[in-house]
Amino acid sequence: MFSGFMVTAWEAATIVAVVAGVVGFFTVLRGSAFAAHALPNGAFAGAAGASLIGVNVIVGLGVFALLGALTIGGLGRRARQDVATALAIVMMLGLGALFLSMTTEYAPEIYSLLFGEVLGVSGSELLPTAVIGMVCIAVVFVLYRPLLLSSIMPDAAEARGVNGRRMDLAFLVVIALATTMAVPVVGSLLIFSLLIGPPAAARSFTSKPLHAMGLSVALALGTVWAAVALSFATNLPIGFFVGAISACSYAAGRSWVAWRRTRPVTKISRTGLLRA
Amino acid sequence: MEFQADADLPPILTVEGVNVWLSGRQILHDVNFRIEAGEFTGLIGSNGAGKTTLLRVILGLESPTSGRVLVGGRPRSPRNPLIGYVPQKILLDPDMPLRARDLVALGLDGHRFGLPRRSTAQKVLIDEMIDAVDATSFADARVGILSGGEQQRVLIAHALISRPRLLLLDEPLANLDIRSEQEVVELVARIASEQQIAVLISAHDMNPLLPVMDRVIYVAAGRVASGTTEEVVTTEALSELYGHHVDVVQINERILVVAGRETAAHHDHSDSRAE
Repeated sequence: MFSGFMVTAWEAATIVAVVAGVVGFFTVLRGSAFAAHALPNGAFAGAAGASLIGVNVIVGLGVFALLGALTIGGLGRRARQDVATALAIVMMLGLGALFLSMTTEYAPEIYSLLFGEVLGVSGSELLPTAVIGMVCIAVVFVLYRPLLLSSIMPDAAEARGVNGRRMDLAFLVVIALATTMAVPVVGSLLIFSLLIGPPAAARSFTSKPLHAMGLSVALALGTVWAAVALSFATNLPIGFFVGAISACSYAAGRSWVAWRRTRPVTKISRTGLLRA
Repeated sequence: MEFQADADLPPILTVEGVNVWLSGRQILHDVNFRIEAGEFTGLIGSNGAGKTTLLRVILGLESPTSGRVLVGGRPRSPRNPLIGYVPQKILLDPDMPLRARDLVALGLDGHRFGLPRRSTAQKVLIDEMIDAVDATSFADARVGILSGGEQQRVLIAHALISRPRLLLLDEPLANLDIRSEQEVVELVARIASEQQIAVLISAHDMNPLLPVMDRVIYVAAGRVASGTTEEVVTTEALSELYGHHVDVVQINERILVVAGRETAAHHDHSDSRAE
C-alpha cells in the first residue's frame, strides 16, 4: 500500500490533513462551523457545473467556494452569519441540482466528489492541491494574532484598527480555498468533519492556543492516515473512516476533560479573587 | 487622587459638540466635555441613556453625525495607541484554548501580523502586568472558565499592557458581586494613579466609584452634564438635565437619584424610580 498510485494518495491526504488542522483551529474558535459545512457543499455544485461545460473540476470548486465565501461575508451581519450562510448554501445546492440534471457524467464521478476518492487522486492534481494548501496556511499564520483578537473581542480589536469584517471575509476565503483543494480528496461532505473534529478534540487536551493548533494538525494527520490505510485494507469508502475517527477523537477529548474535572488535584490553581 | 494637572498638556480627551443619530433617532445631543491627563472620570447613566454610544464614538467604532473627538489634542485615528479599552463582557467558550496570559499578551501585539514570537523582555512585561492586576494565580487558566471579576482583571491587563494614556471601561461592574465590584474599582484606581493614566469608566450606579472619582459625566436621554460630583449630582443640575424634577438624596455617603414631584412637600415614594 505504499507503491505507485498509493504514494500520491498518501501525499494528497497528508496535505489535506495539515491544512484542515490549521484552518480548522480557527473554524472552531470563531464558531464558523456552519460556513465550513456550507462552502464545501455549495462548491460541489460548482464541480457539477464544471463537468457539465467540460472545465477542470477544481476550477468549478474554486469559483463556487469563493462566490459562496463572498456572499456569506458580504451579506452576513457581524456575529450573525447564519441566515446569509443558509441562503448561500441553498442557492448553490439549487444550482447543483440543476447542473446534475443536465449532465451526462458518469454517476460514480459525482459520488466521489461527495464522499471523497483519495485513491483516485492523480499525480497532476497534487501540485495545485499543495499550492492552494500552502496559501491557506500562509494566510492563517500571517493573520494569526489579529484573527484571534477579533474572534475573541471584536470591538476591542476594531478599536485597535483590526477590521472585523475584513477578518471575516479573509477567513471565509481561506475556508473556500481549503475546500477547493480538499474536496477532490476527501469529498465535500467529509472535509467538514476534518475541519471540526480534530481541532475540537485538540482543545480538550491543551489550553495553549498554538499547541492546540499543532495538536489539531497531528490529530488530523492521524485521522487521515488511518482512514487511508483502513480504506485500502477494507475497500470501504475513506469518508466513512474520516468521519468515524474524527467523531471518536472528539469523544476521547470530551472524556479526558470530564475525567480531569473530577480529579481532586488540578494543575490550575483558581484561588483567584479571594486571595488576600 | 493627588494628581496635578499640567497646564501645558492638552486634555487627553476632548469631546466637542457631538451629535449622534442612529437609525433616525438622536442618541446623543450636543455632548461636550474634556478629560485631563490622569483624571478618574465616571460616565454615569441608566441603561439606554447613551453611555455605550458615547464610548463607541470615542473609540472610533461609531462616527458622530456632527462634532469632533480629539485624543491627546489630535483627531482620533483608527489605530490609536493612546486609548486602552475594556469591553463590557466577552462571552467565551469555556473550552476555548486560550489562557488568561494569552489574552494579556494579545493586548501587546494582537494587531500585528505573523505568529507570536515574544522576547524575554515582553514575557517579563506580561508577567508584571498579570501581577499588577493580581491575576497571577489564574494566569494559566482558560479565560472561559474564569469568574466575572477575574475576567475583568484579565481584560484590564489586556488594555493596560500597551501603555495607553486613557483607559475606557464599559460597565466593568455590571454583574459583579459587591466584593469583586469594590476590588475592581480599587484596582483600576490604584493602577491609574500609579501609571498616571486617565480613566473613563461607565456605570449605571455611581456609588461604588464615589471614593475614587475626580469627575463625573452624567448622561440622561442623550444629554450630558460634567463636573465634580458636587457640581453635577445635585437636585438642580440633574433636574435640568433630565428635563423634569429629580431628587438627589444622600444616605450614609451614598447617593440616590430618584424621580420626584416638584411641588410635593412629602415625596410620594410609591412612584419613585431609582435611576
